Amino acid sequence: MRAFTFERAESVRAAAESASNNPEAKFIAGGTNLLDLMKLEIEVPTHLIDVNGLGLDKIEVTSEGGLRIGAMVRNTDLASHETVRRDYGLLSRALVAGASGQLRNKATTAGNLLQRTRCPYFYDTAQSCNKRMPGSGCSAIGGVTRQLGVIGTSEACIATHPSDMAVAMRALDAVVETTRPDGTNRSIPISDFHHLPGDSPHIETALEKGEMITAVTLPKPAGGMHIYRKVRDRASYAFALVSIGAIIQADGTGRVAVGGVAPKPWRVDAADAALAKGAKAACAELMADARPTDDNRFKIALVERTLAAVIEETRDKP
Amino acid sequence: MIEICPFEISRRDLLVSSAATAAFASVAGNAHAQISGNEMQQSSNVSFKVNGEEHALELDNRTTLLDALREHLHLTGTKKGCDHGQCGACTVMVDGRRINSCLTLAVMHDGDEITTIEGYGRPGNLHPMQVAFVKHDGFQCGYCTPGQICSSIAVLQEIEANIPSHVTGDLTEKASVTSAEIRERMSGNICRCGAYSNIVEAITEVAGSKA
Ligand SMILES: Cc1cc2nc3c(=O)[nH]c(=O)nc-3n(C[C@H](O)[C@H](O)[C@H](O)COP(=O)(O)OP(=O)(O)OC[C@H]3O[C@@H](n4cnc5c(N)ncnc54)[C@H](O)[C@@H]3O)c2cc1C
Ligand code: SF4
Ligand code: FES
Ligand code: FES
Repeated sequence: MRAFTFERAESVRAAAESASNNPEAKFIAGGTNLLDLMKLEIEVPTHLIDVNGLGLDKIEVTSEGGLRIGAMVRNTDLASHETVRRDYGLLSRALVAGASGQLRNKATTAGNLLQRTRCPYFYDTAQSCNKRMPGSGCSAIGGVTRQLGVIGTSEACIATHPSDMAVAMRALDAVVETTRPDGTNRSIPISDFHHLPGDSPHIETALEKGEMITAVTLPKPAGGMHIYRKVRDRASYAFALVSIGAIIQADGTGRVAVGGVAPKPWRVDAADAALAKGAKAACAELMADARPTDDNRFKIALVERTLAAVIEETRDKP
Repeated sequence: MIEICPFEISRRDLLVSSAATAAFASVAGNAHAQISGNEMQQSSNVSFKVNGEEHALELDNRTTLLDALREHLHLTGTKKGCDHGQCGACTVMVDGRRINSCLTLAVMHDGDEITTIEGYGRPGNLHPMQVAFVKHDGFQCGYCTPGQICSSIAVLQEIEANIPSHVTGDLTEKASVTSAEIRERMSGNICRCGAYSNIVEAITEVAGSKA
């Protein structure tokens, strides 16, 4: 790990200012992704700003009847929260499908959204990677791509976003709240938060330099049945090959977001509209522009089958 | 008889001496990195309690909680397996919650209360979970065991606190101690020796249930 200076932030504004004044600074929340990457010298910040002590660890009901989740709320606390379990079950389910008990005790709402890809070539500093080193090329293309993306990818990068929580947030129409270094706040719909790679895969989100996430808000509950189904190589403690986050109403309509297939949680309006017609119709819309490799073509069939299983589950239960 | 090893150095001596070198290096590095007293230095002061005892340390900012415990406080019960959050050997309790001590910075734990395996029990005065691991052969080489035991104790507390898991049936009902729950919740602790089924038996016995 490279040496760095360390500060405990005094306020949100001060943290954002400090981050914008120091070009090599990073916020640190739970540290479970950042420190992992710093040990490998994939992330090399020269200054860390600890944003844990700023009171951003509360979950509150909003005036619109939704929920405001502080950026530093731990994944365990979010999954366990009474209102989340009752009204946003999809979110609880997605959270507990991710990582391990120990990691969820540290991992935060903001950190989880901002965790970086698990592309094995991104992790191997001996390989070229446009995300890690812009312009160096992509070793994954033409390499081992079983885990990588099938849609939303580009000629420059075919990595996926690995978060389970983000898939639930996408289906729930979450909004990311931030504070910029000049003290202004903004709200970014989750659909615009993660960027597709295009020719700049190192730019992963809508966040500007120094912009800090303060909370994630959820609109009022959508009702319906909440199901998160994750398909992976072992039953626990593994990233998704494919995951489906769905909210399905009694009449079969609803929404669906997919994890493990794209550089961001994948949701398509036309697929939501086709959901009542069944998994085949919805999947055709979800995967309409897919560009799989020979190694990961199976993910397209897996999305359809997993979605079929999810729909089946809603019929089994009253 | 030929002397094979003229300089017998125990592992513990080696650790103590390398920790001393590290302390020296960090003091030297510190003086170098200090910028006009505005906290812009590469080491920081931190105090926390470990197993009930207060410690004040000046540490290189890079020091993980795991390395602080092992190399600076010589509490070597907590193990380093992968150093990347993947194995659970470094599991300790911080303010009553289990975490991977390898993926957190020591300087981020000012004022915290930490419990390591040494704090749960020692030979002659074992924690019931330690007794159960011995009774059920919940280990072979023992390397993962301190992490397994810390996690096991935490898992029962987490079920008691009604924290849901991936296998919890109804999110609005109370979580229960079943074999499936124990297995899922223990998945962050890897055992290369494969003592898993005996570990589940040990935990089940302590939970007092017939899972
Ligand atoms: C072994 C292992 C298995 C895992 N398995 C899964 C899995 O199955 N599913 C899954 O979804 N995840 C998994 N994870 C990833 C885990 O969920 C993330 O590491 C965690 O959510 C990151 O949160 P954090 O608070 O620790 O973030 P940090 O590591 O502290 O930060 C991550 C990034 O967010 C930035 N950041 C933090 N807070 C803010 C803020 N307020 N504003 C702006 N930027 C901020 C940091 O600068 C950094 O770039 C796994 C991790 C490990 C190590
Ligand atoms: S797929 Fe993306 S992250 Fe993976 S090597 Fe290529 S550029 Fe890097
Ligand atoms: S050493 Fe921390 S999880 Fe492996
Ligand atoms: S007992 Fe050997 S690794 Fe678990």
